[in-house]
Amino acid sequence: MNQLSNLCLLLVILLNFFTLGSARLGACIRAVALQGGLLALLPLLAHGLNAHTLLLAAGALGLKGLLIPWLLLRAIREVRIRKEVEPLIGFVPTLVLGALFTAGAFIFADSLPLVPAHHQGLFVPTSLATLFAGFLLLMSRRKAITQVLGYLILENGIFIFGTLLSEALPLMVEAGVLLDLLVGVFVMGIVINQINREFSTLNTERLSALKE
Amino acid sequence: MLAVLILFPMAVAVLAHFIPWYRGRSWLLPASGALHLVLAVLVSTDGGPGWGSWVGLDPLSTLVLLVTSLLFFGCSVYAVDYLELRRDRGNRQMVPCLLTFLSAMTLAVTARHLGVLWFAVETTTIASAPLIYYNRNRLSIEATWKYLLICSVGIALAMLGLLFVAYAGLAGGEPVSLQLDRLLAGGAHLSRPWLHAGFVFLLVGFGTKMGLAPLHSWKPDAYGEAPGMVGALLAGGLTSVAFLGILRGVQIMGAAGDGALARQMLLGLGLLSLVLAAVFMVRQRDIKRLLAYSSIEHMGILALGVGIGGLAAFGALLHLVNNALTKGCLFLAAGNIHRAFASKRLEDIRGATTRLPLSGGLFLAGFLAITGSPPFGPFLSEFTILRGMFQAGQGPLAALVLLLLATVFIGMGATVLSVAQGDPPAGEAPFRDRLLLVAPPLGFLLAILLLGLYLPEPLRHLLENAASLLEVQP
Repeated sequence: MNQLSNLCLLLVILLNFFTLGSARLGACIRAVALQGGLLALLPLLAHGLNAHTLLLAAGALGLKGLLIPWLLLRAIREVRIRKEVEPLIGFVPTLVLGALFTAGAFIFADSLPLVPAHHQGLFVPTSLATLFAGFLLLMSRRKAITQVLGYLILENGIFIFGTLLSEALPLMVEAGVLLDLLVGVFVMGIVINQINREFSTLNTERLSALKE
Repeated sequence: MLAVLILFPMAVAVLAHFIPWYRGRSWLLPASGALHLVLAVLVSTDGGPGWGSWVGLDPLSTLVLLVTSLLFFGCSVYAVDYLELRRDRGNRQMVPCLLTFLSAMTLAVTARHLGVLWFAVETTTIASAPLIYYNRNRLSIEATWKYLLICSVGIALAMLGLLFVAYAGLAGGEPVSLQLDRLLAGGAHLSRPWLHAGFVFLLVGFGTKMGLAPLHSWKPDAYGEAPGMVGALLAGGLTSVAFLGILRGVQIMGAAGDGALARQMLLGLGLLSLVLAAVFMVRQRDIKRLLAYSSIEHMGILALGVGIGGLAAFGALLHLVNNALTKGCLFLAAGNIHRAFASKRLEDIRGATTRLPLSGGLFLAGFLAITGSPPFGPFLSEFTILRGMFQAGQGPLAALVLLLLATVFIGMGATVLSVAQGDPPAGEAPFRDRLLLVAPPLGFLLAILLLGLYLPEPLRHLLENAASLLEVQP
């Protein structure tokens, strides 16, 4: 079990790097979808099969792995994006920063006062590394959709930490959290569509009329 | 009863979506606002049983519930005539979103489970984004995008904070739970490093939503571009709800015996908010952005009051009431002025008191109130907070705060006076004061005038009980 979950988490980290380094928006969305699907396995691997983990896994797979990526893919088809990912800082520097953050997350997680059961697994360092990767994507890309991807990866990082503690969050609350994510991305999709119609670009650098 | 209070606005929101009759849809707002207010007063007097262990009332939530309900009622009355004037924009999105927003705020206020609180606060973000985008132009879309992204990321960090608090229970050998009463009861066993990290993330997350500097960057844009009524609800209602989220964190830290640390962090952020707001309010050319910075300033004052504790915490809770009602008056009056001059830039607005005697006068009076001039309520609450600072031996801090308040008064006064005085630009005004657009801000102003002159005994009792919740030691 532990082996399997560690394998999943390693794949999650690799997908972080893929998203940070890829110039193709469609591929980035599919990578985040795959990451969401892998996350759906984690509650089952960490806590075994029961009603709570099964429902949580189904919810995560359905929303993070299928529905939200489908919404985003539809959004990029609708706004007919011509240019792909436009980075504010280049792909290589982003990857280097990502690698530094990931290494930092592993070192930092080692020094955290974790309960003994969590010392072995990769849950905590992966969670922190994914969180950082999401932040990096959010801040270093110009396009609105890539910023949404950053937000999703950030949420994925939090989800990984959350699977360690799923007793603390009753199923209804977890369902609510996932639902909020879905509706939030849906509303963001609508706003992206409006940005495209109003500015004929998704470049958020154009969104700079409001300042002091 | 509480379940009805939370769920009926949602039901009306669905109903509003399907009603084909424009004016009827607008009138659903004051009808639900009035019902919500009546129910809120009823549940706050009898206390009422909670809804399982997840939803319930304590003095803190009762206070915020009454304030938001009253503010929403005033804004919903204003909405009827406002939406009548904006027939071109329609109300098919506005009305359901406002009602969903009310429902989410009620759930956030009454939540006794931190996960439920998180869910409700994130829902308020999503429900209010279409409200900010109401005017559908380039500036409002920019404001909406910033609001959605910054607040969603902020709230995601609050989620991480919650998980850290839960981990603090796990690492301390407690059964893991995010139920507030259990966390408060088992506070002494929580693992310190995780609890501290959790509180920092909670503060960052809910602080973003509340608009504490330096996490305030979405606020001037969103308040500047949203309709006045939405600005009032965000500045008076939503900020109070987000503040309640931070206060829950303070309660848990207090129960764990770390209240002093939580207070120091609040003091730092509060002081920074006050300084930044004062800097940006001087020479501000846009009246709605001016009000947004004023909101940042008052969030800073709330954080400072709770940060000092004791008498100042009592003052901060009183200030929460005063700030919400005064912001209601100011934003609604500013909305009318915006309509009458077709601009919110200082260059275009002169002689507001001549063209709009009532709204202009209310704006001027609201300015005097929010900057803490006697005899309005905010004077009393700010004075109480300052007295609390002197009592706590923080004389230099109090002097600094007074200096910043004076700067704000001068900076805000310069803008407001040039709006109110002078001769209005030539030409026919497109808009005159109407009863439903003036009565709610007038009502808010009378309420804060009353609070400045006389603090009713039940309210004092409620404030004292609420403040004592923040002082709990293990």
